[in-house]
Amino acid sequence: MTKRGVHIAVNNLSHRYAARGPVTFDQVNLVSLPGEVLAIIGRSGCGKSTLLHIMAGLLPPTAGEITIDDSQVKEPSPKWVMMFQAPHLFPWMKVSQNVGIGLKFANWSEDRIKERVEKTIKLVDLEEHAESNVQDLSGGQQQRVALARSLVMEPEMLLLDEPFSALDAFTRAALQKDVRLIAKDLGINLVIVTHSIDEAVLMADRAVIMAGSPGQIEEEIVVSLPEERNAQDPEVQKIRGHLMETFRRVSTVEN
Amino acid sequence: MTGTTTENPTRLKRSEWLQDHILYPSIGFGILIGLWALGGWLLAMSPETSNFTKFGLLPTLKAVPGLISSGYIAEHIWASGYRLAIGLILAILVGVPIGIAIGLSKITEQISNEPFQLLRMVSPLSWMPIVVFVFPKWDQAIIFLITVAAIWPVVYATAAGLKKVDPAWFKVSKNLGASFRQLLSEVIFPAIAFDIFTGIRLSLGIAWVVLVPAELLGVSSGLGYAIKDARETLAYDQLTAMVVVIGILGFILDSFVARMVKRYSWQRDL
Ligand SMILES: Nc1ncnc2c1ncn2[C@@H]1O[C@H](COP(=O)(O)OP(=O)(O)OP(=O)(O)O)[C@@H](O)[C@H]1O
Ligand SMILES: [Mg+2]
Repeated sequence: MTKRGVHIAVNNLSHRYAARGPVTFDQVNLVSLPGEVLAIIGRSGCGKSTLLHIMAGLLPPTAGEITIDDSQVKEPSPKWVMMFQAPHLFPWMKVSQNVGIGLKFANWSEDRIKERVEKTIKLVDLEEHAESNVQDLSGGQQQRVALARSLVMEPEMLLLDEPFSALDAFTRAALQKDVRLIAKDLGINLVIVTHSIDEAVLMADRAVIMAGSPGQIEEEIVVSLPEERNAQDPEVQKIRGHLMETFRRVSTVEN
Repeated sequence: MTGTTTENPTRLKRSEWLQDHILYPSIGFGILIGLWALGGWLLAMSPETSNFTKFGLLPTLKAVPGLISSGYIAEHIWASGYRLAIGLILAILVGVPIGIAIGLSKITEQISNEPFQLLRMVSPLSWMPIVVFVFPKWDQAIIFLITVAAIWPVVYATAAGLKKVDPAWFKVSKNLGASFRQLLSEVIFPAIAFDIFTGIRLSLGIAWVVLVPAELLGVSSGLGYAIKDARETLAYDQLTAMVVVIGILGFILDSFVARMVKRYSWQRDL
């Protein structure tokens, strides 16, 4: 693979769900460089999930556009895959079938599907469970299956909507690390929506804070930290403190 | 070591399987047949009922080979099977879409609920006098009765199945590039097939029960007619033989659908 990620641009994006309803967010502009992990932090209800749905092509925006390299996002595509807070797996399928479903949709041959699925399942560390029914897995394992189901498409951009919030602290920490590593390895742009400033600091190369009603981008920070990140490192603490302070400031203005 | 750990459970499983699938059912059937033989013996004992001795086990068994070789049984099975199949297929073709409409839309559910519950409680056979005026042929009338009887379980099972469908499955599938056809075949159908087949199983039971009385009138073929015919010609051994045939056929049909239900079941009992 020579290409390492895509250039994502969100240009003057605005959205309202109903013509006369409230404006969810207004004039949002964002940029994410090839291979970057972008974190979007914000309070509940400021429009983060809405933004992510629009970026994935699952929802048409009221105004504005998203471009990925030279193409515009107009409809859902396996090139831009979104992962949700809950795994939403297909419970009548085994792990391997869940992971391979996107390739089946693309009419790949059985053999090719098998090969790619095996590789992907290894990536998320689920080899032992490949033939299990997904209902027999723990929450963290299920979220790994959902991750593999997205990764198997080798998307250019992976959109994660609070994917770890339902998991316990240890599982969450492990997945945060793994997901970032895998994305870096495969050269996939990650966009992760989160409530947690810690998660943003540990995972992101760039973090934006979204706040207000209608929502707006209040702050953008480049997180230049080494690959090996530890919550206790002074550098990590410093960026965390800065984000925390900004978050508090924009939140109090709002109230 | 792996040898011993794998051998024991499988052997245990095998004996359990024999117990569950051979031993217990055999005991059950044994009791049933025993009761039948006992009934026949009691009939023969009393002078008042000795005319009906042919209802008993042995006379019936003796009548069966002749009924088979003459093609009598096959002919009536064929006639009934045709009506049942068409009636059920119509019930499924009409019932599944109605079930989908109810399952997907709250408004459809609310509008249809009371009238459907009312219709559902009308015994299908009570439509008989009206239906024979409406349809030019008895065959059509019977098929209509079967459809009316069989439609409700399909409707409500399909609706219930759709309620369990996670709307996010649609989003995920669209995102992963599913076409509408793939969405139907890979997601919606496997998600609700269990419920549809559960509904069909109930429908089949009802249809089978309605079929025989519906054939007691008008037509001159079918299992119901065969029973009436046997009664009128006082061929009681033949009558019981047809009852047994009805039971066995119903049992086979039900087992077949039950297997489909099992095949498509994915929900954990928890
Ligand atoms: N389908 C919808 N129709 C109408 N309004 C909606 C819809 N989905 C979300 N909203 C509204 O849009 C606003 C933003 O919702 P959104 O889910 O994007 O917020 P969020 O930032 O993701 O919140 P959370 O952190 O709680 O997930 C909220 O006020 C919500 O009520
Ligand atoms: Mg959200």
